[in-house]
Order: sequence, then structure tokens, then C-alpha cells
Amino acid sequence: MIDRDQVLHVARLARLRLDDQEVERMSGELATILDHIDKIGELDLDDVEPTSHVIQVENVLRPDEPRPSLPREDALAQAPDPAEGGFRVPSPGGA
Amino acid sequence: MSELLELTAAQAAERVRAGEVSAGELFELYRERARGDELGAFLWVSDDDPPDTPPDAPLGGVPLAVKDLFCVKGVPSAAASRILEGYRPPYTATAVERLNAAGAPTLGKTNMDEFAMGSSNENSGFRPVLNPWDRERVPGGSSGGSAAAVAAGLAPWAIGTDTGGSIRQPASLCGIVGMKPTYGAVSRYGMIAFASSLDQCGPLTRDVTDAALLFRHMVGRDRCDSTSLEFPEEVRLPKAERLDGLRFGVPPELSGEGVEAGVREVLDRTVKLVEELGGVVEEVGLPHSPHGIAAYYVLAPAEASANLARYDGVRYGPRKGNGDLLSLYEETRAAGFGAEVKRRIMLGTYALSSGYYEAYYGRAQRVRTKIADDFRAAFERVDLILTPTSPTVAFKLGERTADPLAMYLSDYCTVPMPLAGVPAISIPGGLSDGLPVGIQLAGPAFSENRILDAAYALEQAIGFDGSGARV
Repeated sequence: MIDRDQVLHVARLARLRLDDQEVERMSGELATILDHIDKIGELDLDDVEPTSHVIQVENVLRPDEPRPSLPREDALAQAPDPAEGGFRVPSPGGA
Repeated sequence: MSELLELTAAQAAERVRAGEVSAGELFELYRERARGDELGAFLWVSDDDPPDTPPDAPLGGVPLAVKDLFCVKGVPSAAASRILEGYRPPYTATAVERLNAAGAPTLGKTNMDEFAMGSSNENSGFRPVLNPWDRERVPGGSSGGSAAAVAAGLAPWAIGTDTGGSIRQPASLCGIVGMKPTYGAVSRYGMIAFASSLDQCGPLTRDVTDAALLFRHMVGRDRCDSTSLEFPEEVRLPKAERLDGLRFGVPPELSGEGVEAGVREVLDRTVKLVEELGGVVEEVGLPHSPHGIAAYYVLAPAEASANLARYDGVRYGPRKGNGDLLSLYEETRAAGFGAEVKRRIMLGTYALSSGYYEAYYGRAQRVRTKIADDFRAAFERVDLILTPTSPTVAFKLGERTADPLAMYLSDYCTVPMPLAGVPAISIPGGLSDGLPVGIQLAGPAFSENRILDAAYALEQAIGFDGSGARV
């Protein structure tokens, strides 16, 4: 139901590199889980509104007042490769 | 064993306030306990000097174990994931900050399923946690470290998080109290996000009074979490002795098929106790709750796949790969995430991908509406819903790891409540073959005072003895 190519496609979307063993296991496991999930297909949900947030909240606004934010050095302190006040990464086009 | 260990957190706080023991002494006692942890419950224990707690602090200086999902400034906070190994956040979660300020200093960080994804704590990126009642069994999850630490007396009390049962199910399996509050009652700021529309933090404690006391100092609106709300009334310490006039509904969908005999027996005994205390018990339907697991395993992984996109080796955590940017992302994530986290990211990405969105995510959101409607209808007839917390007692380590769906079904009785956003507590109802069985009470949104009162009355009548787990 979910074949190797589909697994690889989804893994690519999710930026996950899976090895061959993982691809094979994932395809079986996802199929079992999706089989269970497919049971919600039996329900008549035509006139049902979707719920994305359970507790009714109106627009939450605050006054637009400037206040100090996280200092740059604190934000960079955990970075694997900080440089020139930013996060350094390799070129998107290749090294 | 120090007689201080026999005290609940609220009783220990009283002793501190009365000047019979100092907060520093109490902190040292529990620090030694936490350092000697053989259950794998702690991932980090504080080295700090015991904080100077003012003698009148409401939480009395009683130290708090904090699930590794909470950011604590300068303290390792990794959500038990290798992808955040060594991360020390530059800020502290609001819930932790409020409890610290009320006089519950951070004792340590507790182990958990990686990113709170799991029901056995076997998905921790570091090590599993053992159940103090039987070390061959799991403590439940995902807040397994918090539950085991409290049950074993390695911490006086703890906080955890619940997305589909992650506070209540481990509380049940470890024989302690755990409450998932109404969605929005407690700020999520600084809680590492799993499924943002479901995640909520709450207390794991030895008894109901401790749960109420901790909860009282966690609630309230926070400008850093725009989904947080002001709690509509004061959180009271429970003292009900009777249940006169309260109507309890037992849904057949969550108490019949799949619930093992020993658990059913404890539920039946509890129903009798409710009646003896003056409560009325009737059957009430939650007809869509059997679809809870299916809806949950679309919605939660979908939200997780978006929330976990930020772990890419750029801003924090270890970095892998030495080619281009794409390989940096893919190799960092391949090395950093465990098998269950990868499975959920895959499931969520699939459910949100083009062509499948409406069939999965859209439908699951509509099932969520039906489940919430079921609760609304039920609460027109009854005040509280009574179910087992977990269909089984604690299972053996390794028993469900090969079968993800069997593991997911561990949350069968706890998943409908977060989908509806309503609060629920688990209290120990008794033992089955020497292992604890939890009883769950759920109520309408913001009915925590009612839930705590009823749980307290039942707790007194049940008289559960948790000393068998203390080491």
C-alpha cells in the first residue's frame, strides 16, 4: 500500500535520509498504521466542521511596544558553526 | 530510610514552614536520592547550592523533577533526543519559572520518550526507564522518568507533559497521580513542541493534594503563549469527603473490549466506592472515542512533522554531513532522530502531502469535532467521566517495541480527552497482580476543581499504599 518509491518520496520531503533497511521497515510499518487510520474513512463526516483549536479563543493581540529580545550572542551560543554574527551553512549549491 | 521520605510534598512543605526541617536539608536529601537513581529516571541532577527559599514560600522549597521536554536556562534540555544533545537553552519555560518562583526549585531533568513520542519510555534517545514496582517492566510514557522518580521516592513531585496520555498513562503504570489540565490552562512557552494543538503540561505527584498544589502555581495566562488562558477561578486544595449529588458516566467504549480483567476489576470496585460515597453512576456513550487513536495518529504526527523541521543542524545540536546544505539537513536528521521519531515524521509528512491532505488530515480534524461533540453531549448528562487510564498494567520491556500499532493502542483510553481539550486525572485505584491500576476521571473544560475534589474523595476511600515502589 505504501511502496518503496513512496517511502523515498516522503523521506525526501521530510529531509530524512533512510538506509535500505529503514526504507523496508518503514514501508511495512506505515502500511499497518495507515490500515488502522483508514477506518475513519467509514465515518460519515460530510457536514462536520473540522476542529483545529479546541478552546474558543478570539484574536489575541498585544500592544505593539518594543522590548529587548534575546541577545545575539545568546542566540548564537548553541550553534554548531556561528560566524560573523550569524549561522554559517555550506552553500546550497554544493561545497 | 529518612522518615521525611514518607511525607507527601505538601506535608514536607508544612514541615519547612513550621521550621522543623530546612528547605536546604530537604533538597540535599532528594539530591542524594536522585544521584543514586538506578531506574534511569534522571538525565541530569542539579549541582547548584540548595536555593534560598523564603520560609513562607507556598511550595515550601520542596524540590521539583522536571521532564526533559522543558527548557531550563543553562541546563541540558534535550527532549531525550540525540539531536539536541548538549543543548542548554537561553531561557526557562514559563511553567518551570512559575513553580521555581513559588518555592519549588529544580532538582533535575527526567528521562522520557524522545520528543514525548511513546508510551513506554523505551524511545528515549539515551536509555529506557525501569518501573519501580517491577524493574522488568516499563514505567509508561512519555513522562516515564517523572512518574518513576515520584513513585520510587527519588523526587517529591514532578511535572510532565501530556499530548495523548503522556502524564496519565505513566502515572497509572507507576501507581501515582497525574493530571492533564484543560488545553490552555498552563502556558506551553518553553515546552519543546510535539503537537501544539494537543500538548499540555501538568503535575505528577504522590497524591491528589500535591497535584492541586502544584497545578495552582502553574496556571494562568502568559504573554509568551497566545493560546494560554486565565484560569476562571481559584484552584482550591481538595477536601471533599463525599460525592453526594455528583453524576459519573462510564463509557462502554472505553471500559469494555481490550481492557484486561484485572483492570476491569479495579474499575468495578471503584464504581462501587463512588456509589458508597453518594455518587450516581450511569452508562454514557462516547461513540466516536474508538476512532480516537486513528485521528490522533494523523493529527499529532502531522503537527510533529512541522514542529520538528527546525532540527536541522543549523542553530543548535550536533551537525552531521560535510557536503552541501541538503546533505547537512538529511544526515543531521538521520543521525539525530530515533526510529519512532522518524516513523512519526514520515507518517505526518505523508498525511500532509499533496493528494492525501483531505483524506487524512482533513478527515481527522472532522473526527476530532465528533469526539469533542460526544464529550459535550455526555457532560449534559453527567458531571464526570470514569474510565480505566490504561487498558493494561505495566507491560514488559521489549513487549511492544516490535509492533508500533500495539504500542499506540496503549493510549486508547487517554487519547480522546486531549482531542476534545478537556482535563483528566489518573489516580491509583488498586493493584492487579502486584502492579498498579490507574482510574481516570475527566470533566468539562476548566472543571479541574471538580475533578480534584472527586479524585480526593475517592483517594481517601481507596487508601492506596504506594510504599511498595519506594526504594
